[in-house]
Amino acid sequence: MSVTSHLVKGKRIKNFLTSLNLGTFLAFRQVKRSSVGTTALIVFVMMLTFLNLVVVRGVLVGLIQSSTDLYREKYSGDVIVSNLPKKSYIENSPSIIEIVKNLPWVETYSPRYLESGKIEGTYKERIDYTEDANLANAAFTGIDVNLEESATGISEMLIEGEMLTPEDTDSILLGANLMKKYLDIEAPGLLLLENVQVGDVVRITVNGNTKEMFIKGIIKAKGAFDDRVVMLDSTLRTLIGRNDYNVDEIAIQITPNADPVMVKQALLSSGVGETARVQTFDEALPKFLKDMQATFGMLGDAIGSIGLVVASITIFIVVYINAITRRKFIGIMKGIGIDSVAIEFSYILQSIFYALMGVMIGMALLYGLLVPYFIANPINFPFSDGVLIAELDGTIMRAGLLLIATIFAGYIPARLVVKQNTLDAILGR
Amino acid sequence: MQKDKENKIIEVRNLVKSFKSGESELVVLKGLELSVPRGQFLSITGRSGSGKSTLLYQLGLLDKPNSGEIIIDGTDVSNLSKEESTKFRLNKLGYVFQDYALIPELTALENVLIPLLMQGLSKEQAHKKAVASMTKIGLGDRLNNVPSQLSGGQQQRVSIARAIAHDPDIIFADEPTANLDTETSDSVLQAFIDLNKQGQTIVMVTHEKEYSDLTDRVVQLSDGKIISDIINKK
Repeated sequence: MSVTSHLVKGKRIKNFLTSLNLGTFLAFRQVKRSSVGTTALIVFVMMLTFLNLVVVRGVLVGLIQSSTDLYREKYSGDVIVSNLPKKSYIENSPSIIEIVKNLPWVETYSPRYLESGKIEGTYKERIDYTEDANLANAAFTGIDVNLEESATGISEMLIEGEMLTPEDTDSILLGANLMKKYLDIEAPGLLLLENVQVGDVVRITVNGNTKEMFIKGIIKAKGAFDDRVVMLDSTLRTLIGRNDYNVDEIAIQITPNADPVMVKQALLSSGVGETARVQTFDEALPKFLKDMQATFGMLGDAIGSIGLVVASITIFIVVYINAITRRKFIGIMKGIGIDSVAIEFSYILQSIFYALMGVMIGMALLYGLLVPYFIANPINFPFSDGVLIAELDGTIMRAGLLLIATIFAGYIPARLVVKQNTLDAILGR
Repeated sequence: MQKDKENKIIEVRNLVKSFKSGESELVVLKGLELSVPRGQFLSITGRSGSGKSTLLYQLGLLDKPNSGEIIIDGTDVSNLSKEESTKFRLNKLGYVFQDYALIPELTALENVLIPLLMQGLSKEQAHKKAVASMTKIGLGDRLNNVPSQLSGGQQQRVSIARAIAHDPDIIFADEPTANLDTETSDSVLQAFIDLNKQGQTIVMVTHEKEYSDLTDRVVQLSDGKIISDIINKK
């Protein structure tokens, strides 16, 4: 490159910087001396737009996130070991449990027996045998009370009655979704227990064996246990005749800093994969939750995108009206030798100012008020307690997107007005 | 001959400007010829529609002629690009508009400051020049007032301060006294006369004879042509 072209380039850069400098000067003064009411209104609109971008998506994602978290905390743990697809239980379970116990990242675990069966209530009062029995189909889960408590805190799910003790061989915990009292819906084929309560005797039938048991407590946690009948592992083992101690699943909670994928790999490396399926919690999520997660995420993105377009149009209109009403003064500035870059830059800076103010106030509201509010008052959905998910990096990314949209939305109308004929602008033609 | 050429700051040759009005074309300047020596205070007069403002806009690079040449300080400005015209206006020309044309959100001083900042002067240098310019036209005590806090005459004088702050070669003034009362008009015109006495070239459009009589030369237009060109005896 020749010396002359270097000089020309240097001069262009200097001129450009001079224009930016003057643009900043003009923007600062225009914002400073503009009407407080108008500025407040524009900032308010930008704040709402920002919240629309973050909150709507955050609530949608929060609904699913809560149910995912519940599934992880109250059922699957971080890693879950279950039977292979064509097997009815995990073969060689005691060895696998030994491997799990000895992994350094495992905090706690809970082996469970699973079997489907029936539960019948008020059968002693049944007189008319032409009427349907007070029956419900259920998944029976046999647990080690102490291990389950340490893995999922099952006692916290109690809404009525008391927790099982290791001596309660004749008692069960009944999932609330098996009772009409708690799941008052009518659906073809759905059988629910009526008129049963804590202390009642019910008749359970599992694997062709029948046993009378006391209802010691009712559990509900918007999770998998809501549809189950929980009893001691020893009781269920006897009922299903599984004397080899082979369980159906093992929920594993790992230490806070450990990675579920790493634990899964460690289990597979130990040969667990030959007789069992090993999944991280998100792999084990029920399909409906995964589908909802994808759908709600998509909906959130769609609504967010619409919010971004609305924000861009809002800024465009604000800047366009501002520029159009100041068309004469833009013409005068061009007339006295102020270049287009300086004038356009002043409008871009004003747009950025409005957007930044909106974002900052929005962020203060979001993290100072809305997130704590939703944590304290979650939205009561059937499958989760909806909270507002607003992770800082995602929020900053959306604020960045809003600012980029603002730059374009500020530049385009300013450019449209600035490029008009100077004399026409001055004379108002 | 060479000396005479150097002395001419404006030369206009065969200047034609027309506007389209529907299907027809209205020719406003019809092959106009004019030259203005450096340091002259020229007034352009004529009836409404005679083409005096149109001529000023062509000379001031605010509009482009259809044909002809305009040479300012040796540069043919008729074919400059928009960017070149803007830069030329910034460095060589100053404007005083009929309605003052001040930016309402800026103080008087800031209005004067912006062309100086655009020229690339530092804030300190620009501030110094702007204050000097405001003081020169007698508004040194009104630096921080926004236009709405100033009278019409004061606003017009701020406009003059802005026009002279960057030491332009020529000041173009478009009916600068049209919106002012007699007393204020007199003071504004006196400001121009004082500037001219210091060697400033001024081209002023006016329809007021008492003011055109105070300038060095009066060019009268009618129907897009110069019908008289009189040097005033002082």
